[in-house]
Amino acid sequence: MAKIIGAIEVDVEKCKGCGVCIPACPTDVILLAKKVNGKGYHYAYMENPEACIGCTNCAVVCPDGVISVYKVKVA
Amino acid sequence: MGEVKLMKGNEAIAEAAIRAGADAYFGYPITPQSEVIEYLMVERPEDRTGMVVLQAESEIAAINMVYGAAGAGKKVMTSSSSPGVSLKQEGISYIAGAELPCVIVNVVRGGPGLGTIQPSQADYFQSTKGGGHGDYKLLVLAPASVQEMADFVDQAFDLAFKYRNPVLILSDGVIGQMMEKVVMPEQKPRLTNDEIIERYSDWATVGKKKSRERNIITSLELDPYRQEAHNLKLQEKYKKMEENEVRYEMINCEDADYIIVAYGSSARIAQKTMDQARAKGLKVGIFRLITLFPFPKNEINKLADRVKGFLAVEMSAGQMIEDVRLAVNGKVPAEHYGRYGGVIHSPEEVLAALEQKIIGG
Amino acid sequence: MDIKEIIKPENLVYKKTELMTDAPLSYCPGCGHGTAHRITMEVVEEMGIWEDTIGVAPVGCSVLAYDFMNIDMTQAAHGRAPAVATGIKRVWPEKYVFTYQGDGDLAAIGGNETLHACNRGENIVIIFINNGIYGMTGGQMAPTTLPGMKSSTSPYGRVIETMGHPLKMTELIAQLPGTYFVTRQAVHTAAAVRKTKKAIRKAFEIQKEKKGLAFIEIVSNCNSGWKMNPVDANNWMVDNMFPYFPLGDIKVDGELVK
Repeated sequence: MAKIIGAIEVDVEKCKGCGVCIPACPTDVILLAKKVNGKGYHYAYMENPEACIGCTNCAVVCPDGVISVYKVKVA
Repeated sequence: MGEVKLMKGNEAIAEAAIRAGADAYFGYPITPQSEVIEYLMVERPEDRTGMVVLQAESEIAAINMVYGAAGAGKKVMTSSSSPGVSLKQEGISYIAGAELPCVIVNVVRGGPGLGTIQPSQADYFQSTKGGGHGDYKLLVLAPASVQEMADFVDQAFDLAFKYRNPVLILSDGVIGQMMEKVVMPEQKPRLTNDEIIERYSDWATVGKKKSRERNIITSLELDPYRQEAHNLKLQEKYKKMEENEVRYEMINCEDADYIIVAYGSSARIAQKTMDQARAKGLKVGIFRLITLFPFPKNEINKLADRVKGFLAVEMSAGQMIEDVRLAVNGKVPAEHYGRYGGVIHSPEEVLAALEQKIIGG
Repeated sequence: MDIKEIIKPENLVYKKTELMTDAPLSYCPGCGHGTAHRITMEVVEEMGIWEDTIGVAPVGCSVLAYDFMNIDMTQAAHGRAPAVATGIKRVWPEKYVFTYQGDGDLAAIGGNETLHACNRGENIVIIFINNGIYGMTGGQMAPTTLPGMKSSTSPYGRVIETMGHPLKMTELIAQLPGTYFVTRQAVHTAAAVRKTKKAIRKAFEIQKEKKGLAFIEIVSNCNSGWKMNPVDANNWMVDNMFPYFPLGDIKVDGELVK
């Protein structure tokens, strides 16, 4: 059965760390970083990248449009 | 020669708007200028030229429709009378701030407040000193006949687009309501959409092509230094208007000892006063303002070197007189006379005031 | 599989539309405005109409919408956006014209312009963000502030007896024959965003077909004004705003459905 693996890319400097993406993720991939970006925000990152299914929910709810989503099908 | 018609000033302005190739008129009824929109509705300019006419829900909405359409590169006009023009001031300030071309007509009635529906010239300050908030100016044309009501519309549009600035035609209840013979200008074609896109794509919201930056119509600039720079640019523009657009008419000023300064219907009344004065051997001339802003201050100042006094005649408690005094700069006496609140002064009253305040003084 | 193997252009499934500029949004973290902006621009992009779309920005938090939407835009005086949009649409009837307004702008100071543009059935789209508060001026009471809800001008809670009732503008304008599609949506979850985007698409399609005015209310959060973190604000919105401003279509194809 084909498996889908996803990944997100966060525009770290534009992320405001609002955290709206966290509950939007069905597989609990995202958390806010302990580190901060140039604006002082704890930015979103993939804490559990292997769980990402590339569903785009996080990107769709991200108010600042800082998340890009990728996915591949693997056999 | 164009078509000769007998028309009310308000009708002439409406017909002239169609013939000037205007794209739209947005207005709201108010006495004494309702004939403008009534005439347009009867004429169906949408069939004649494709011009849009819409009765808005308020003067506020009307001027904001003008703002939207003018920002989209179209030739747009609105008209109202004093209380309605007060309502429009917010929108006019935005239009001036965003540097949009449009024509606004004020057929002035007596105030303050709801005032009266009779003629007045008491909106001079509002018209020439800004009117709404912020440092801005309108270019103000003052017609004194039905013919000028017709002629000034096309000129006003040309000036509005030349400077990208709102132009005000400041009329009054006399000129708006009276009927005169008028030679109508020829019909000008409206610009096509392609022509508008070609001419105004550098600023108007006509739809962003991939090849250019987006156009934004706004008067907002949060950075005070940039806002100041924008203000300086506006001031520069107003200075250019002062250099290039001063318009006036001098009647019998060559040999005059005394000058009546007036505009609009007061200038017509003053002509009779002048005739009466001259019959009595008094050398009176008339300086009729056509542009109220820019004000012909240099010309009046020069005139002050060779006359004995000025009488500013206006249907107000004394507004234009302030500009006349600034121009005369104390060289000779300059006094005000006028009836107001809707009362029109007679030529005899003006002559009496001239004799008492200037000649006798 | 290495993440670098996944993050490649050919595997991209979602990124911000190019009709949103790269300017950082001036909105507070978690504010629904950004999402509403983005899906509006996604619709314009997907319909291929960006060269013919003119937006009208309001006064309020989204006054700078023109900094973020990469199309020709006009910024209107407070509350006047529907009149400004009317002016544009009447002289460019083939263009797509929309307003983007908040609740103070649309329901308070612009009530009259809203009502009459809707009643005339102007062929425009109105996107109405309702967060129950004046955000930009610092959290004052809006016409949509809930009963008992605290704001800087109702510091002890909105008192209905003296401050009046929250205004259901969307239900009100749905009664007017000029409106063709009236709906209330939200952008707090991925499912809600997708649904709202469908509604916006429908609204622009209605404009294309010249059927009348399409009005989309988006109930949204104001975590700064409500003094909550973004996630809590969304939860509070579900528990408190939605009962008073229930989501769903109100008028479809010119017929009331609620």
